[in-house]
Amino acid sequence: MTHRAPAGRTLKVDSLARVEGEGALYIETVDGRVADVQLRIYEPPRFFEAFLRGRSYLEPPDITARICGICPVAYQMSACRAIEDACGVVVDGPLELLRRILYAGEWIESHTLHIYLLHAPDFFGLDSAVALAGRDRPSVERGLRLKKAGNQLIEFIGGRAIHPVNVRVGGFHRVPTSRELQRLRPGLERARDDALATVEWVAGFEFPDAGHDYTFVSVREPDRYPVLGGRVVSNRGLDISDAEFLDRVTEEQVEHSNALHATLDGDHYLCGALARYSLNHDRLRPVALDAARRAGLGATCTNPFRSIVVRAVEVLHACEEALAAIDAYEEPDTPALRVEPRAGVGHGCTEAPRGLLYHRYVLEEDGTIADAVIVPPTSQNQPTIEHDLWHLVEDNLALDDEALTRRCEMAIRNHDPCISCATHFLELERVDR
Amino acid sequence: MSTRPKLAVWKFASCDGCQLTLLDCEDELLDVSGALDIAYFLEASSAPVAGPYDLSLVEGSITTPSDRDRIRRIREASARLVTIGACATAGGIQALRNFADVEGFLSIVYAQPSFISTLAESTPIAAHVPVDFELRGCPIDKRQLLEVLSAFLARRRPAVPAHSVCVECKERGNVCVMVAHGTPCLGPATHAGCGALCPTYHRGCYGCFGPMESPRSRALAERFEQMGVTDRDISRVLRTFNAWAPGFREEGTRRAEAATVAVTFRGNRARSGHESDRAEDRR
Repeated sequence: MTHRAPAGRTLKVDSLARVEGEGALYIETVDGRVADVQLRIYEPPRFFEAFLRGRSYLEPPDITARICGICPVAYQMSACRAIEDACGVVVDGPLELLRRILYAGEWIESHTLHIYLLHAPDFFGLDSAVALAGRDRPSVERGLRLKKAGNQLIEFIGGRAIHPVNVRVGGFHRVPTSRELQRLRPGLERARDDALATVEWVAGFEFPDAGHDYTFVSVREPDRYPVLGGRVVSNRGLDISDAEFLDRVTEEQVEHSNALHATLDGDHYLCGALARYSLNHDRLRPVALDAARRAGLGATCTNPFRSIVVRAVEVLHACEEALAAIDAYEEPDTPALRVEPRAGVGHGCTEAPRGLLYHRYVLEEDGTIADAVIVPPTSQNQPTIEHDLWHLVEDNLALDDEALTRRCEMAIRNHDPCISCATHFLELERVDR
Repeated sequence: MSTRPKLAVWKFASCDGCQLTLLDCEDELLDVSGALDIAYFLEASSAPVAGPYDLSLVEGSITTPSDRDRIRRIREASARLVTIGACATAGGIQALRNFADVEGFLSIVYAQPSFISTLAESTPIAAHVPVDFELRGCPIDKRQLLEVLSAFLARRRPAVPAHSVCVECKERGNVCVMVAHGTPCLGPATHAGCGALCPTYHRGCYGCFGPMESPRSRALAERFEQMGVTDRDISRVLRTFNAWAPGFREEGTRRAEAATVAVTFRGNRARSGHESDRAEDRR
C-alpha cells in the first residue's frame, strides 16, 4: 500500500538534536507544495556585541571565546587579528605558527566531534554515538582518540581545551620551546593515521543524491588552504579584503529566529567545509588531497550529505599542517608583540571549523572598544540551510512525517550549525493547509 | 528497561562549553554511558527519554520568561540537580546585562527588538529552584565533573575544595606572578578548580571560577591599585564571567562607580551606546 501525502501538512521538530545549541524546524505545505520553511533558532539572545562596548581592546579574545564552547579558538583568532589590524600590528613567524597549531587542534576536535558523535549516527539510522558504539565500538573509540588528539594540541598551547587561557592580542602569554613542541609529534602522527582511517570509513557511507548550485564563500590565503585570514572569495567572482566584508554582506533580522540572517549582495550563500574545499581543494596538503581523491571527491563538492567526507579530509589536512608547523617552529624572542592602542577600525576573518568568522572593532585612542560586529558562520549559513530544506521537502513529500523529519534533521546536521554562535535545534512543525 | 540511574543534561543561556566538557572526557565517555543511562542529552543524542531523572546537570543561566518556567519543570522531574559552570552558578557573562539597560542592548544587536523575548537580568539557576550542588568554572574542569558523577554514583558529596587558586599554585610549585613579576592576579580571591592554569602560563588569574568562599576582593583590589591598576581596569577584571557572583559583584560595582566619576571628571563623554556615538563619527 502506498502512502499518499495529504494535501496540506505541517511538520514541527521542537528540539533539534545533535547540533550545537537550540533550534527547531517548521515546515508548511499547501496542496503538495512547500509554502514555508523556517529554521527557528530559539537559543536566548546573548548580546555579546553590546557587552564589548566600553571594554578594553585586550579583552575580546577572552570575552568572545564565550560565544561558543565548541570553537573558542576561532573567536580568539578572529578577535586578535581584528584588534591587531586596528592597531597596525602583524603577527607572523613562530607566533603565527603557534596560532596555526592551536587552530589545527580546534579543527581536529570540532570536526571529529561532529563526524563521530553528531553526524555519523544518521548514516546508520541511529540516535547517538553511544548507540553507534554498541554496533561498531572500534570506530567510535578511534573517533574519541582523534578528538582527544585535537584537544591535546589546544590544551598544550592554550592551557585547556575549552576557552584557552594562553591566547592574547599580539601572541601568547607563554610560548613553548621547540623541544616541548616536538613532544606533540607522536600523538599527532597517530592522529594522522586515525584521520586517514576516518576518511576511508566515511567514504563508504551511503549518501543520498543531492546537489545544489551553492554560492561558496571562504577566506583565501596566498599559498595554502585557508585558516588564518587573507582575502574573502567566492565561486562567483567575489574577491575582497576583509575590510570590505560588511559592504557586501548584510545581516538582517527575521521574525522566526534569534539569529540574524546574512546575505551576500542580497543572495544566500554557504561557508564552511564544503565552501573551503570547493574553492581551495588544490591547496590541501598532498596526503589530504590524495585521500580526498580516493574517497571519490572531485574538484568541488556540492552534495551536502558528503560534507562528512570533506570534514574528514580537513581533519587529515589539519594534522599535516600542525606537524609541518611544529617542524618549522623556532622559539621566538618574546611570547607576544607589543600592541599599543590607537583610535581606528580593525577587521579579522578566519576560518572556524563551521566557516568564515568575521570580527570588526572600532577602538578609541586609549583602546576602549566603541563598537563591535561579529558575524558567525551559522548566521551566514542559515538562509542556505532553509533553502536546502525547501528542496528536500519538495522532493520527499511522499515520505511519512517521521521519515521526513529524520531526513530534514540530517540535512541540517550536514551543515553542522552552531546555534550557540548564531545567537549571540529539531522540533519539526509541519503545517498543511 | 535500564536500571542504571538516568542522567539528563540541560542547556539554558550558554556557550555549550560545559556540556561539551562531558564529551571531552574521551577516555571515560563510554564508561560513563555504561554506568549512567544518558536519558536526555540533546547535544549527543536525538532519542530523549521522558523523566523523572535521577541526576540532572544544568548548564546556562536564566534569561527568558520561558526558561524560567522550564527550569521549574526540570527541577520537579529531577531527584538531584547539579549546576555546571559560571552561567548556571553565577549568571555568567550574560549577567553583564544586569548592570546595564537591556533595552539598549537589544537595539544594538537587533533591528526589531520587539521580536525578541528576554529578561532584564541573567540569573543563576539557584535563584529559581533549589540546587543540590554547584560546580564552578568557565568552563568547568573535566576532572571535577567526573568527581561529581562518581560521587553521585557512590551516594556521597563531591570532594571539591573551596580554597583559593593560590593553594593550587603552591601545589604546582609556581612562582607567584604577582610577587615576582608584578602581574595583577585574581588568584587570592578566586575559587580553586582549574589547577592554577593562568599563573602556570605566566598570566594573572582572571577569575573564571568565580569567588572562593569568603574572598577578600576589596583588599585584593586595593593591592591592584597600589600596583598602578586603574579603577576601570579593576572593575573590568571583576566583571567578566562571574560578574554577578556575591564576592566579586560588590567590589566590581564600587570600582566601576569610582571609574565613572573619574571619567566624567576628565571631561570625557559617557557613551550612550548609540550608533551616532561611534568613534569614527567623532573623528
